[in-house]
Parts: sequence; structure tokens; C-alpha cells
Amino acid sequence: MSGALRPRRREIHPRPYDPAYKTSVTRAPALPLLSMESTPSEETGPRFGHSLIGPRDADLIHNFTGNPAIGERIRVHGRVLDEAGRPVPETLLEVWQANAGGRYRHVKDGYTAPLDPNFGGCGRCLTDGEGRYEFMTVKPGAYPWPNGPNDWRPAHIHVSVFGHAFGQRLITQMYFEGDPLIARCPIAQTVRDRAQLDRLVAPLDMGESRGMDYLAYKFDIVLRGRRRSVFEGEM
Amino acid sequence: MVQPLDTLTETASQTAGPYVHIGCLPSFTGIEGVYPEDLGRSPIAEGAAGERITIRGHIYDATGWALRDAMIESWQADAAGRYPGQAGADPAVTGFARFACDGESGEWRLDTVKPGPVRGRGGQVWAPHIALWIVARGINIGLQTRIYFAGDDHASDPLLARIEQRPRVETLMARPEGEGAWRFDIRLRGEGETVFLDL
Ligand SMILES: [Fe+3]
Repeated sequence: MSGALRPRRREIHPRPYDPAYKTSVTRAPALPLLSMESTPSEETGPRFGHSLIGPRDADLIHNFTGNPAIGERIRVHGRVLDEAGRPVPETLLEVWQANAGGRYRHVKDGYTAPLDPNFGGCGRCLTDGEGRYEFMTVKPGAYPWPNGPNDWRPAHIHVSVFGHAFGQRLITQMYFEGDPLIARCPIAQTVRDRAQLDRLVAPLDMGESRGMDYLAYKFDIVLRGRRRSVFEGEM
Repeated sequence: MVQPLDTLTETASQTAGPYVHIGCLPSFTGIEGVYPEDLGRSPIAEGAAGERITIRGHIYDATGWALRDAMIESWQADAAGRYPGQAGADPAVTGFARFACDGESGEWRLDTVKPGPVRGRGGQVWAPHIALWIVARGINIGLQTRIYFAGDDHASDPLLARIEQRPRVETLMARPEGEGAWRFDIRLRGEGETVFLDL
């Protein structure tokens, strides 16, 4: 087993209780978290192998029916690193999103934009030995949601990452460069530190785009790191 | 000024939202055919050693309403207290499960084996427990907590010992409700609020 996880810097994360995001008011703990050094339960975690991943899992354009989904074709790529800047290899990344019209394939989503019969909305991949990942999809549409009288989510892709320790578990959202709805979104704005919110916004990456085929966006992810072990062999 | 620390900063969390099932439990929400089956259907395989248990519970918000849209992940040791990947670990225990609150009743359910006590740094011993990670709409960063089991010896568990208000220890105790059956309710906020962890 490796060393303890670095303590989570709670100040860079969204405030759990944020009245502008109304649902958080009844779901955020009121009492302080119990903080202490990580234990084996947080320092170990599930590992998933390549046998889990099917050949089309990372291709959201085709992985639902085999026929292509409608929308702006994009490639999303990046690296998963830890706080020491080391790549996190062979870790599972899962994504989900609305279709190009802003509609989710979910019983609870009643937005008037239509479902795309060829878009499921989920995908997954493992990072490679250098922590790199990529997937192909269509750019999701913005969608309205019941919060304020007229709140809209900016275009976004939900991203879930495991890392190698259960205490590294992270779910976040990737936004797109230049979207005017980011500054108006109560969920994006739960991240109070502007520099940290900017890190959730993927830049257009023309160098990784392909003419007559797709645009690319780059989204790097940093997971909690481990403290360097002081006493070798203690555990 | 001082020298910069040569470290990066963790990526900020965002809520998993109401449609977390699409990405994490697609079959549960009716999206079939993308993956053969949902990830984390069971933390154990045929032949896992130890006592089979079922844990059921609800997740209540500050108004006492049971969430219908939350997802939970669990991670645990085998019956001997070893995690997958550690020497001697039970090959039939993957240790990881993923489950959702029922869309009608809000109840969740975990079928597993009871974990053994876990040894950590400095000879510390942790009483049998299952680590939980809870995400949902309105939860901006996943909530960590633990299921311990009422009736076990908790006297020397370092985490439980850190809870100053002793009645709050009870919020981390599953209660027996029959042979191999346990109940563990989670209260996100307000009266009886569950102890959530930062470790
Ligand atoms: Fe969304």
C-alpha cells in the first residue's frame, strides 16, 4: 500500500450549500465533516481492466445503435494527472451528456427538444500508460432546468473518474470555451474561485481537430495525490 | 514571495446531476445495448467467503423526504479484512458496488459479505465497515461516509473515537433487522444528520 492521500482542499471545490442552486439547500450537510488522515478504505480502490471496455464504448456518436447521432462532431481528449503531476494510467473515465438538442435519454427529462434515436448519451474509456484519454461525441446542447424562473445549463459533459484510490473519486463537468451561459449558471457558479471554474472549461484545440471531420476540445483532470511516505516499510 | 510548491490542484467537483444514471447505471435507466451490464452490480462473486448480508436504507434530505435520484458507491474489504489487490485477498470479492435509490420508494439495497476488521498504518485496527460515496442532484461534491455494524467491538476504532458528540456515532451504525439483514438510513442535513467524512 502507498502513503496517505493529500488532504482535499475543500476551498477549491464548490460550496456544498449554495442558495442559488436551490436543491443544495436541503441536501448539503449542515455540520462540519469529520476530517482525519486517510485509511486503507480510501487509499485502495477498485481497478478496472481493458476487458471491461468494448470497441465502441468511447464513441458516443455510434455506440447506441451503430447509426450516427446528429450534431456537431467533436473529439474530447486530455490527461488524468495527480497533484504531483504524475499521470494516472489505466483508470476508468465515464461520461454522460444531453444530445445535440439538449435532451437527455432519461424518464425524468421532459424538455421539448426531441430525443435523437441514435444517441444514448453515455461512454467510457481507460486512460493509457501516460494518463491520456479520448472520446468522440456530438457537442451537447444547452438546456433549461427548473431552478430560477429561466435558468439554462451551459453545454456540458459530465465526467466521472476513479483514480487508483476510493478517496480520489471525482465527478465533475466539462464546459466549452466561449459559452456565455457559464457565467449565468448557478451550478457552474457553485465553484466560487474563478481560476478553478476556468479549469472546468475546455479550450477549442484546433491542433487536434481534423479537417472535414471533427473539432477537438482538451480537458485535463487532476486527482488528489498521495503524500510522500516518510517511514518506508511502515505499512 | 516564496518558492512555489511544485504541485497541481485537484479539479473542482460538480454535481452528478439528476441524470447520473445515464453515465453510471445506464441499464438501470433503460439505456440498453451500450454496455453488456452496469458496472458494480455486485461486490462479490460466487464463492466469496464470509457471512452474506443485505443492507437496505433510504437517504433523507433536510425535510425528511427520501431521495429518489441518488447513486451510491461502496468499497469494502473481504471477510478477512483484505482489499482486492492485497496479498491473500479473496479473489471472489471485488469490493466495489454501485446502486441507486429506487425511483418509486427511494430505498437502496446492497447484497454483500460482511467485511472483516482492517489493519492500517501504525498497527491501527478499523472495525468492520463499508465505505460509501454518495452523489446526486444538489450534492456539489460526493459525500463520504461509512457503514459500521451495531454489536461489533468499536472500542478501538480510530475514526469512531474522533467523533466528539457520542450520540452521533449511532448515525454510522447499521441496525440488525433479521438474519443477515441490516438497515442503514442516511440523513443529509438536519436532525440526526449522518457523520460525513473528509479523509
Ligand atoms: Fe447535465
